[in-house]
Amino acid sequence: MEFKTFIFYWFALVLLFGALRVITCRNPVHAAMWLVLCFFTAAGVWLLLHAEFLAITLVLVYVGAVMVLFLFVIMMLDVNLLKLKENFRSYWPVGAMVGVLVAFEMASILFVAYDRAPAAVAPEHGADYSNTRELGLLLYTEYVYAFEIAAVLLLVAIVAAIALTYRRRKGVRQQDVGEQVRVKKGDRLRLIKVPTEPAAEAAKPGDAAA
Amino acid sequence: MNFAVPNLYAVAPEIFLLGAVLAILVVDLFLSDGRRHVSYWLTQAALAGAFLVTLGTSEYKSVHTFSNMVVDDQLADLLKLCCYLSVSLVLFYSRDYLSDRGLFRGEFFVLALFGLLGMMFMISANNLLILYLGLEVMSLAMYAMIALRRDSRPAVEAAMKYFVLGALASGLLLYGMSMIYGATGSLDLNKIAYAIFARQANGMVLVFGLVFLVSGIAFKLGAVPYHMWVPDVYQGAPTAVTLFIGSAPKIAAFAFVIRLLVFGLQPVVGEWHMMLVILAVLSMVIGNLTAIAQTNLKRMLAYSTIANMGFMLLGVLAGNPQGYSAALFYTVAYVLATLASFGMILLLSRQGFEAEELDDLKGLNDRSPWYAFVMLLVMFSLAGIPPTIGFYAKLQVISAVVNIGYIWLAVVAVVASLIGAFYYLRVIKLMYFDRAADQAPILARGDSRVLLSLNGLALLGLGILPGGLMYVCTRALEMSF
Repeated sequence: MEFKTFIFYWFALVLLFGALRVITCRNPVHAAMWLVLCFFTAAGVWLLLHAEFLAITLVLVYVGAVMVLFLFVIMMLDVNLLKLKENFRSYWPVGAMVGVLVAFEMASILFVAYDRAPAAVAPEHGADYSNTRELGLLLYTEYVYAFEIAAVLLLVAIVAAIALTYRRRKGVRQQDVGEQVRVKKGDRLRLIKVPTEPAAEAAKPGDAAA
Repeated sequence: MNFAVPNLYAVAPEIFLLGAVLAILVVDLFLSDGRRHVSYWLTQAALAGAFLVTLGTSEYKSVHTFSNMVVDDQLADLLKLCCYLSVSLVLFYSRDYLSDRGLFRGEFFVLALFGLLGMMFMISANNLLILYLGLEVMSLAMYAMIALRRDSRPAVEAAMKYFVLGALASGLLLYGMSMIYGATGSLDLNKIAYAIFARQANGMVLVFGLVFLVSGIAFKLGAVPYHMWVPDVYQGAPTAVTLFIGSAPKIAAFAFVIRLLVFGLQPVVGEWHMMLVILAVLSMVIGNLTAIAQTNLKRMLAYSTIANMGFMLLGVLAGNPQGYSAALFYTVAYVLATLASFGMILLLSRQGFEAEELDDLKGLNDRSPWYAFVMLLVMFSLAGIPPTIGFYAKLQVISAVVNIGYIWLAVVAVVASLIGAFYYLRVIKLMYFDRAADQAPILARGDSRVLLSLNGLALLGLGILPGGLMYVCTRALEMSF
């Protein structure tokens, strides 16, 4: 066994374990952390396939941005976990049984099917080969239609999110920038004449001398 | 790397509609709440414009462009035209309903048009990637439309259920697609078909992926055993949205099935044929049996959808052009009937009152003999009673099944539609022979009344003279192969 193969199996094992922990973990913050581990190991597998750009994007976007946002949401929502897990205990034996059965069936089919198939050989590339460049070329030529549709999909998501969450409330205190800019000294500043105390006035020169 | 400049002419309808949606999105920002009818009419204008653009750019031969990702053929044009018509009718019928419930907003129209755009992507997709992306654009818009009425608990619950199960179905579909890619080495439907035909594909992996693909499709169609979401979503969603979900997306789903199974996977027809037989039989029997027990009209129509999708699959599983055109005809007939049935619920609803229980139809004949007659036509069509279009549609799919030698399947279909006739006829009994509990006059706009009447009459007219529509369906499919 090549060392690379060993690395792959190690990553795969960690990935599977992490994924299992994501769904079995009691604390959602811990689950999110396990998910981070999953992303890291998946990025590792991609690196083994020479997909450096994708691997780095996965770490940057998912671990760096999406998971942080996710953690924020979990902390802000304060989900009642005990209530969510109420039925877990009664369902899990059946669920686990079905899951193991399905996994076994799938594995038996795939092992047999790919056992007969000739192994695919990855093409060799020179030192100046950049998969970021190749990816960019493909994305904006061959796949440009799909790329545009993905943009439409994001736009739909934005419109949907705003339509579902934005509501005009009455009596909300808001900044009115125009009014803030137009404001004059007279609107905010009030001068009040305060009569001075003679005793305090007399003490002042002494302080200055000290 | 050689890259052919894409033929924008072939995707002109999509480009036009996207531009129109963006314009409406911006225009709507500058309108006060009292002037929302401007965005409403702009939406209708966009639909009419897309209709004209599609007709104008229609060509007899199939055009493949954008690196073979898009195909513009007669089938795509026909299905797109049907989608525009159906979305436009949805908006006409639901105008009063929306404004009574505070949903008459720009977002509703924009999301509806985005949903339509997703359907168009699916209809002219020639690549697994485009099929999937189109499906997601459509589904995302629909999830949001259901939840748009945020204060209604059933609507939010329905949206949540639909979202979670839809995500699961997308997962199944993607897993299946990845397996197909693994087996054939391509995402392009033509190349997949060629690889299988030339026996370059890994057969076992292919069938393995196919199982997931068919499951994903069944989920989206709402075929048994993947139907659990349909009744809850149909009942929980605001009726206007139910009407939207129940109409045009069914046409898109038909396109999805045809593109994927026929254009891409026709060489393995022997494999998916049996899977569809199981889905069709279960859907027809369970859908019709469960519908009998419903007291809510929307829920009953949801089970009727499940049963009707089973009938549609009968045509597809025949695996020959006759079957496909029968399935296409069935889909069009079904969408027409659905538009009229939910349109009637919208017509009878008013501010603070949803006419969604079966009892709300009691004595409709006393209140309005004409609308009772229109509803009678709709129920006849859904039940498949001559001389309505539903009869001819059922006849076509059943004869397609008989022609491939599946007599037992035809018998099951006939028995299932007999069972179904019970609950459709019960509606007619309620309308004509029961006393009305509610004597409120029917308040509806003139245009929706006229269109609903025309819609009902179309069910009758196309039932008496189905030849023209059948010819259009057959020809569109013939010219696309």
